[in-house]
Amino acid sequence: MSLLSDKLARGEFVVTAEIPSINADRAAVERAVDLYAPFADAINATDNPAAHAHASPLAVSLAIRDCGVEPIMQLVCRDRNRIALQAEIVGAALHGLENVCCLTGDDVTAGDEPEARRVFDLDSPQLITVARTLAEGRYLSGRKLDPAPQLFIGAVENPGAPPFAYRVQRALKKARAGARFLQLQICFEPDRLRGFVDEGVRAGLDRQLALLPSICIPRSAKALRFIDERVPGVSVPAALIARVEARDDQAQACEDLAYELAAETIALPGVAGLHIISFGRDGAAARLCERLGNPSRTGKDDVGHGSPVEV
Amino acid sequence: MKLIATIEHAVKGPIWGCQMCGQCVLHSTGMTCPMTCPKTLRNGPCGGVRPDGHCEVKPEMRCVWLKAYERAESLPLLPGRWRAEYDHLRPPVDNQLEGTSAVVNLLTKRDRKTPAGWQATIDAGARGA
Repeated sequence: MSLLSDKLARGEFVVTAEIPSINADRAAVERAVDLYAPFADAINATDNPAAHAHASPLAVSLAIRDCGVEPIMQLVCRDRNRIALQAEIVGAALHGLENVCCLTGDDVTAGDEPEARRVFDLDSPQLITVARTLAEGRYLSGRKLDPAPQLFIGAVENPGAPPFAYRVQRALKKARAGARFLQLQICFEPDRLRGFVDEGVRAGLDRQLALLPSICIPRSAKALRFIDERVPGVSVPAALIARVEARDDQAQACEDLAYELAAETIALPGVAGLHIISFGRDGAAARLCERLGNPSRTGKDDVGHGSPVEV
Repeated sequence: MKLIATIEHAVKGPIWGCQMCGQCVLHSTGMTCPMTCPKTLRNGPCGGVRPDGHCEVKPEMRCVWLKAYERAESLPLLPGRWRAEYDHLRPPVDNQLEGTSAVVNLLTKRDRKTPAGWQATIDAGARGA
């Protein structure tokens, strides 16, 4: 079993992180992992985020593991058909990687090669189901897969995108499909996030999968504005941007903002951990975890109220 | 068969923007065709829906799945059974059926044929395994 699934099964608070996009630069992986290793239980290898080509998530996952931290391989539906997606998951299993996070993916038009063919042969609930099919020892066709790979399957949901009333149901659909952890999209709207988590707890979502809201630590008001305008499905309230803009030290203002959002988030019943996105900013994520009392290293008793997840 | 497909397209094309996937799920999506979603998603809206409810890919277009959600809830005359199907897990599209008649595939039950591995996983889930 993966360390991540072990820890979540014990009901311990987890912190996951995300390293910036990696190109053919091994040292960049080492630098990034060094930043997150002290507080992160696992690190996401993204799958060509915002439709920009980078090193593949499987390759980056292996490099993360070489640096001593457990990877979470993200897989999006944009670039591969069902055959290639299965090959990627089975390929990961061949190397003993277990954590797979299944996403729809940003559209090709979000990237620097909008003329590319978009695939979306599967959607994310279907990809989750296919991953579970593999874990049960079968390819999608029904062909036997022996031995069955050990997989810990995750998904993503966006609490901040319409239709808000349906987002928890969609997350439940992903849980039914086989997802056991759910990394939420970045959300700068605390009311939306709280609404999602509260509704999720009411619906029993937190007992079916581990809820991991994301906390983003940008650098400046300009970065916040960029996220608001360019990251699909993420809005940043104008008041938040103005608040950061008004401070002389905008980076510090962003860290303070992230701390407030994180502290509020981990106090929500049903939250099993945090996913931290800091764009490789030196030390910002570590400082955030320190201010939060290093929840992933000191146990969850003081912070979260997540229940053990059956994995 | 070809004639039925042609007639079907002539009717469903202008009304629902039918893409002739050959495995129609309109009844379960508030009579909104999911194949008009630029990502051709069959299982609900992606995370890229804009605050105004419009599409990440085509900002001038309202999200197909948002429309489907609202219509599945409120469209008059839609049987309750169909409304409830909005949240069903729909299987991957069978690309072999593209261009064929969904009506014929419905009557012959060809549109319900899913890969053996998919079916086994769904059956195992239904048994609580």
